[in-house]
Amino acid sequence: MAFLVRRLLLTLPILFIVSVVCFSMINLIPGDPATVILGPEATEQAKEQMRERLNLNDPIPVQYVDWLGGVLRGDLGESLVDQTPVSQLILQRLPVTAELALGTFAVSLTISVIAGILSASRRGTWVDYLSTGVALGGISIPHFWLGMMFIIIFAVNLGWLPASGYEPLFQDPIANITAMILPVFATGLRESAELTRMLRSSLLEELGSDYVRTAFSKGLSRRVVVIRHAVRNALVPFVTASGLQIAGLLGGLVVTETVFQLPGLGRLVVDSIEQRDFTTVQGAVLTITVVVVLINVLVDVLYTFIDPRISTSSGG
Amino acid sequence: MSEAVTAEGSQTQAIQPRERRLAGFWRRFRRNKLAVFGLAIVAVLLLTALSAPLIAPSDPRAQDYALTLQPPGVGGLMGTDSLGSDVFSRVIYGARISLMSSLISVGLALLVGVPVGLTSGYFRGFWDEWIVMRVVDSLQAFPFLILALVIAAVLGGGLGYAMIAIGIGFVPAFVRITRAQVLSVRGRDYVDAARAIGTGHTSIMLRHVLPNSLPPLLVQTTLAMGYAIIAEATLSFLGLGAEPGEPSWGSMLFQAQAYLTSAWWMAFFPGMAIFFAVLGFNLLGDGVREALDPRTYD
Repeated sequence: MAFLVRRLLLTLPILFIVSVVCFSMINLIPGDPATVILGPEATEQAKEQMRERLNLNDPIPVQYVDWLGGVLRGDLGESLVDQTPVSQLILQRLPVTAELALGTFAVSLTISVIAGILSASRRGTWVDYLSTGVALGGISIPHFWLGMMFIIIFAVNLGWLPASGYEPLFQDPIANITAMILPVFATGLRESAELTRMLRSSLLEELGSDYVRTAFSKGLSRRVVVIRHAVRNALVPFVTASGLQIAGLLGGLVVTETVFQLPGLGRLVVDSIEQRDFTTVQGAVLTITVVVVLINVLVDVLYTFIDPRISTSSGG
Repeated sequence: MSEAVTAEGSQTQAIQPRERRLAGFWRRFRRNKLAVFGLAIVAVLLLTALSAPLIAPSDPRAQDYALTLQPPGVGGLMGTDSLGSDVFSRVIYGARISLMSSLISVGLALLVGVPVGLTSGYFRGFWDEWIVMRVVDSLQAFPFLILALVIAAVLGGGLGYAMIAIGIGFVPAFVRITRAQVLSVRGRDYVDAARAIGTGHTSIMLRHVLPNSLPPLLVQTTLAMGYAIIAEATLSFLGLGAEPGEPSWGSMLFQAQAYLTSAWWMAFFPGMAIFFAVLGFNLLGDGVREALDPRTYD
C-alpha cells in the first residue's frame, strides 16, 4: 500500500508537467495563435473574439489556472470548429480506441509469449530462426504500411474482410469484429515483434541460470522447468517492456485509425490538427497522455505481484 | 537499450590503446553476419542517396498524365503513380529525404540531449533530480508519435518542422541514456584522479566522462536513425512532413492511400524501401551493441 501511495505521489509532478505542456500548445504557436487558427483572411474582430474565447488576453499563469480548473472539473473546453464540448468528443471516440488498443495488446501479447517461449526453449532450431527472423523484420516494418498491405491482400484481392468502416460493438458485433481484425493484426504483429525479442532474450538468460540447472538435476521435466520456473522470472522484464510499449502503441494507433478510417481518439487528433482545432487537440492529447501515465503506474503495481522484491527494495 | 554496455566495459576499454580497441570492436562486429548485412544495407542506402541523379531514370517530380497508374514493367521498373511520375525514381530520391531527415533529427536530439544528460548526471543535485529528470519523465509519458505530431502541428507542418519535432521527441531518451552512463563513469578512479590534480569540471566532462560514455550513445544513435525514418514517413503520411509532391517515402504512401484498390505498387515499393532502410539500421545497431558488450570480448 505504501508503495502504491509513493508511486502515485511520484506521478503528480509528471502530471503537472504534462498539463503544462498540453496547456502551452496554443501559446507556443508561432505568431498570433488567433491568426493561425482562423487563417490570415480573418477580420480583426473575429481574431479578437477568438483571443477572448481562448482567454489569450489574460496573463499566462491566469490562463493556466483557469484551464486546469476546467480540466479538473471535466471541462476540456469547446471545439473551435463546431462548439461541441471536447470532453463529449473524446467520450464518443474513446471506445473505438480502447477496443483497438485492447485487441492489439491481446494479439501482441499472445504472439510474443508463444513465439518468445518457443524460440528460447528450442534455441538453434528452425522454430527459433523463424520466430527471430519474423520478429527482426517486424520491428522494421511501419505498421501503417503493413495495414495498407493487409487492405490490398485481404480486402481488395481476397475480399475476406472490409478495408475500412466501423460499427459499434453492441450495435453489430459481427460487423465490429470483422472491421477490427485487420487494424488489430496490422498493429499487433508489429508490436509483438519487439516483445518476442525481449522475452526470448530474458528467457535464454534465465535458462542458463543455476536454479534452472538445479531444477533439471532434480529430474523435473523440461516443460515444468521452462513454464513454472524460467518463464515466471523472465516475465518481470517482459511486463516492464509491455507496459512501456503501451505509450508507443497508443501513439501508433493514430496512424492505424487513419489508414482504416476508424473514428477513434487518434483520428480525432489528426482531424483536429488539419482543422486547426487546437482545443480539441489539447484535450485529446491530455487524455491519451494521462491514460499512459496511469497505465505505467498500474504496470509498476503489477511488478510487485510478479516480483515482491521490487516493493521491498524500493521501500528502503 | 544501453544497459548491455556496462561501466566495467568502458573501463576495460579505457586502458587499452585506441587502435587495439577499434580493431577488437571491428573483429567482434565482423563475426556477426547479420550486423555486416545491416552495414551493407546502410552503405547501399547511403550510396543510393548520394548518387540518386545517376541511378534514377527520370526526374522524380516529372509528371506525365498520359502515363498515370502504369503497373511495374509497363511503366518502368516500379510502375508510375497517379500523376504519371516514375515510382522507381521517386523511391531512389526518397532515400535522400529519409536519410537527411533522419540525420538532422537524430543530430538535433544528440545536440540537446547529450549536453543536458552530461551536465545533469555529472553535477546531480536538485536540478538533476527534480527538474531535468521530471521533465524527461513527463515528456516520455507522451507517446512519441503524438508528441512529434503535436510539435509539427504547432510549428506549422513541412519537412523542416517535422525533423525538429522528431528530434525533440528523441531528446528525453538521449538525456536519459547519457545521464545513466555519466552516473556510472563519474565515480571512476580516473575521474577522481583528474579532480584531485585540479582539472576543471568542463575539462573532466569533455575529456574523461563523455568519451567513456559514448558506447551506449552510439548504439542509441544507430537505432534512433532507423526509428527516425519511420517517424518521418509517418508524419509525411499524415500530411505533416514532406509536401505530397516531394519524393519522400512517407508522402508517396500518403498519395498511394487513395489507390490501394487499383495501384498496389504505389504503396508497396516505398514501404519496402522504408522496411529495408530501418532493417539496416536495426541490424547495425544490434551489431554495434553486441560488439561493444564486454561479455563478447575474447
